[in-house]
Amino acid sequence: MLNYLLQRLATIVPTLFFVSILIFGLQQLLPGDPAMILAGEERDPTVIAHLHQKLHLDEPLPVRYLYWAGGVLKGDLGESVRIQKPVLELIVEKLPVTLELALLAILIALAIGITAGVVSAVARDTAWDYAANIFALWGLSTPNFWLGIMLILLFSVTLGWLPASGYVSPFEDLKANLAAMIMPAFVLGNAIAAVLMRHTRSAMLQVLSSDYVRTARAKGLDERVVVLKHALRNALTPVITLGALEFGTLLSGAVLTEQVFTIPGFGKLIVDAVFNRDYAVVQGVVLCTATAYITLNLLADLAYFLVNPRLRDSA
Amino acid sequence: MTTATVSPASMPHEISPGRRALARLARRRGAMIALGVVAFFILLALLAPGIAPYDPLATSWTAVRKAPSAAHWFGSDEIGRDVLSRVVWGTRASLLAGVVSVSISLAFGVPVGLLAGYVGGWLDALISRMTDAMLACPFLILAIALAAFLGPSLTNAMIAIGVSATPIFIRLTRAQVLQVKVEDYIEAARAVGNSPLRIALRHILPNIVPPLIVQATLAIAAAVIAEAALSFLGLGQQPPAPSWGSMLNTAKNYIDNAPWMAVWPGLAIFLLVLSFNLLGDGLRDAFDPRQR
Repeated sequence: MLNYLLQRLATIVPTLFFVSILIFGLQQLLPGDPAMILAGEERDPTVIAHLHQKLHLDEPLPVRYLYWAGGVLKGDLGESVRIQKPVLELIVEKLPVTLELALLAILIALAIGITAGVVSAVARDTAWDYAANIFALWGLSTPNFWLGIMLILLFSVTLGWLPASGYVSPFEDLKANLAAMIMPAFVLGNAIAAVLMRHTRSAMLQVLSSDYVRTARAKGLDERVVVLKHALRNALTPVITLGALEFGTLLSGAVLTEQVFTIPGFGKLIVDAVFNRDYAVVQGVVLCTATAYITLNLLADLAYFLVNPRLRDSA
Repeated sequence: MTTATVSPASMPHEISPGRRALARLARRRGAMIALGVVAFFILLALLAPGIAPYDPLATSWTAVRKAPSAAHWFGSDEIGRDVLSRVVWGTRASLLAGVVSVSISLAFGVPVGLLAGYVGGWLDALISRMTDAMLACPFLILAIALAAFLGPSLTNAMIAIGVSATPIFIRLTRAQVLQVKVEDYIEAARAVGNSPLRIALRHILPNIVPPLIVQATLAIAAAVIAEAALSFLGLGQQPPAPSWGSMLNTAKNYIDNAPWMAVWPGLAIFLLVLSFNLLGDGLRDAFDPRQR
């Protein structure tokens, strides 16, 4: 186990190094003097001079990278030019909103995706199976920002059941919070449900044809017990770990969903930063996302390793 | 001693694997319908000037936010432009973005993946870690960041999407090369003195094309959505030029009194993406040797 962990950590260090180079390199794409652009429209010479000094723009590129990476390692992701706040503070401020949205989306995705996957595998080649597959294709092909607009049209404009936009903290008013979050969470969970459905279906089909399921059936066990207790339990392991890899889809989707429903989260932060030309915030968000993705990937790998006795024993 | 001769007429009719795959694809109804829809959109993009009933940029103050009618089949937008004409012209931006960005990914991803898989060693380790780093940044977030730093335009959006999708092709090509390069026929090609470049281009590359075609088809679907997403955020096609994503961006402000502005461009994205996904799934099954 320790060996495996060390092996995985050994591959993470160079990956994080390249991630940092990639994100630092983004700044080099800016045409002309980055300080001129970062200083905003006013282009105050004092601000430009300050930025030159702060970003070490007069130094060679590798030296600038070392200064930047050194700052990142100490938790200094730079400062927002527009909001005049440290980037890390802004991210920490917005993160809980996106985490709540992501959590609700995952719950919806698990409920729909796993149920549809199990039904589809158990009732293979029937109308249920085709319906579940159509649902998966629909989920994978619907742009979530369009789905969001259509749901607003139905549930807010036509029926008047749910608010079209806005965010209320769950600590202020839980009911209003859930009313505001249910549509965006469904929009976000929809695409992931489709992926989970496909994973669950293929894992269940494999498990349902295995010897121990045949034995369970031969013992005369109730089919529901065979499917839910014997098959699903074993099929879920790869599904959960593969589902963890959908974190990237979740964050990408959050950017658009938060924009459609005007939710002040992580995704809206990056979009606002893009339009305010607040490049330090853009870099900070990408860096945090990539680091979180790599960490989650590692945890998913470890979880898979821990719950799979064959892998564990061979290590 | 007798020599066995086989006359060409007695040999079983040889069908190439590519033709067999095409025949299998033709038997898949879903994939064939999807191919038809893609062909329809391609025709729409090519013939847009002749098909669109109005100039997609022409405004009319007497036709502001008019509901669908005989004059405007899909209705009109907030400054009286014909929605149908803008959807038809928007096909160009979406298809162009899909094809160009995937071409960028293929142009960079395949040679780099080939190099990593064939040469191996430290070069493979270096390329693999760089690929991992790019894959760690969620596709759309990386595309948004790249488009933000490059500046908002359709060209930059296509570059951003293409670059963001490249690591998938590097990883796929590398994995395929690792599988193919241990085959006997590659060993034979090496034994008869072929140069590494010739082996890579003449013997390995043709054998890894099927999975690349499948991935490219699915990547076009993802690129179409990504272009629409970037245009929706204002980082892709710039107004007043028509694009499905930017049309949806405007439409969301008028959802309560002009819902048709949002329905049609969204439906167009959905149909095109669904078709590429179905086609990709069909191609995957058609190229799968187990399906023979």
